[in-house]
Amino acid sequence: MSVFKQIFAVTGMNLKSVPQRLGSSFVIVIGMAGVVGVLVAIGAMVQALGDTLLSTGSENRAIVLRNGATSEISSILSPQAIATIMNAPGIARTPEGDAAVTTDMIIAVNLEKKDGGLGAVAVRGVSPQAFFVRPEIELVEGRMFEPGLHELIVGRNAQLEHEGLEVGDRIELRNSVWTIVGVFKSGNSHESGFLADVDTLISAYQRTQVSSATVLLTSPGAFDELEAAITADPTLDVQVLREPEYYRGQSEEVQAILSIVTTVVAGIMALGALLAALNSMYTAVSTRAVEIATLRAIGFGSAGVVVSVLVETMLLAVVGALIGAAAAWLLFGGNTVSMGNQVSTLVFQVRMTPSLLGIGIVLACAVGFVGGLPPAIRASRLPAATALRAV
Amino acid sequence: MAAIVSIRNVLKGYSRGKQRVEVLHGLDLDVEEGEFLALMGPSGSGKTTLLNLIGGLDRPDKGEVVVVGERLDRLSSGRLAQWRARNVGFVFQFYNLLPVLSAERNVEVPLLLTKLSAKERKRRVHAALELVGLADRAKHKPTELSGGQQQRVAIARALVSDPVLLVCDEPTGDLDRETSDSILELLQLLNREHGKTIVMVTHDPKAAGYASRRLYVDKGVLVDRTMGAAA
Repeated sequence: MSVFKQIFAVTGMNLKSVPQRLGSSFVIVIGMAGVVGVLVAIGAMVQALGDTLLSTGSENRAIVLRNGATSEISSILSPQAIATIMNAPGIARTPEGDAAVTTDMIIAVNLEKKDGGLGAVAVRGVSPQAFFVRPEIELVEGRMFEPGLHELIVGRNAQLEHEGLEVGDRIELRNSVWTIVGVFKSGNSHESGFLADVDTLISAYQRTQVSSATVLLTSPGAFDELEAAITADPTLDVQVLREPEYYRGQSEEVQAILSIVTTVVAGIMALGALLAALNSMYTAVSTRAVEIATLRAIGFGSAGVVVSVLVETMLLAVVGALIGAAAAWLLFGGNTVSMGNQVSTLVFQVRMTPSLLGIGIVLACAVGFVGGLPPAIRASRLPAATALRAV
Repeated sequence: MAAIVSIRNVLKGYSRGKQRVEVLHGLDLDVEEGEFLALMGPSGSGKTTLLNLIGGLDRPDKGEVVVVGERLDRLSSGRLAQWRARNVGFVFQFYNLLPVLSAERNVEVPLLLTKLSAKERKRRVHAALELVGLADRAKHKPTELSGGQQQRVAIARALVSDPVLLVCDEPTGDLDRETSDSILELLQLLNREHGKTIVMVTHDPKAAGYASRRLYVDKGVLVDRTMGAAA
């Protein structure tokens, strides 16, 4: 008889005996469910965060920042730099014939969150050309803000996260009251904040400089021409980035931190599950010592015994992984999650993907294999003579 | 008749912590084909160790063990397992049936090591259960059978692959007198009618009375009590 047939036969007998060992089997299933549940939930969050940031960038747009600035918050652009940008080649034109450039200024305001406490929300002052540069921004309720008036439009995700952001509500910015006159959607990170007229915002905050300039290119290929023209003047001290490149940088920074957290948390839990699997399978092997020795006495080889124990552990771990992933999907799938710092809060929807489930199953197989191998080897080394002395 | 078991000058010991315990001391034994041999002796005398060597479950430290024409002391663990599957049927004191399997599935287990078709396996399982008088209990799990019935299933399992040698370790040690007698009568039938060579370890003189020959193991050597000399 081939080794495979033996393995199949012994594994079948092993699996049939699982209901007799439900308690220790559950330890493996529940342990692995916890690991994969956490891994999938955090992984989905990290992925959704990255997707949201990356979707904010467009190949047709470029962003100009102060040299060395890693984000718009830490950037300022001089009026001289703005003038150079406006006259640079490769920039699309609005129907009115203006350069398709929005010069933005970003400030943060702390607002009460729906689940209690305060959270930072970004208020982005934009030029009138902003809606031509970023056509994905769409007014879904109310009307557009009027330049010169203390008016704002609010993103739908910001509304979900914070109290009192309905059309007609008022918020206080730098000792002045601003009225929310509309609601917009954009499907990206802008939807987590406010938009207002940049000149009105600059005036309210008594500043003279904007944070960044976002340019709509005539085509993605026009970027090099634009960059060359803007960076030709060394006194401007600016950098030009393709928008996806800028948001990828933003995303990678946050994702790197979250990935470390995920790895540490899931790693500790996986170690726990591994020890649980080891303990459970050592117990299972010990409980079934007579059966295993009987099979060995009858003539079954050690390969069948080793593989059957490994298959059982891995199967239980995979069942746990599926339960964990299903629980994470039921509890967090489609949920709105917010992540913020002192400057802004990003609100996004968690999405479960098949790749995350795949990672969970691979991890479960790995934990099952490592947790099952030492007990499997012990099982295969049980002296067959034990069967004759068993009580 | 030819010797089916030939053991020469066998030494076997075990380590218990730092202590070495010698169990068999240069033991010789021949078992003829078709014999029903009962090995008796006090606890710790070495009779189970001897049975394990005959059944290929263990190897001697020194000496020759030839069973069914094979030098067992020279075989690797894997080859020894294959040899056991082909040549030996085991009957244990506590039956050692697999609790999750029905009687017929338990009996079928040794046949899973052969190339027989499912149909042929089924036929042989039915024949074995018929022989031990349990054809009507084929679908029952071990927990649904009495001790005597479980031992009959175990005997059917030992027989199903048609081995030349049956190795029985206290086959009636867990059974009442009446059931013991029926099991021993079954073993006697298998020996007399079906030509199976049987080596049985037992404490029970009455059980040993069913055998065609009785040997006593004492302090690691064979003793013929009636003759008072080494066998």
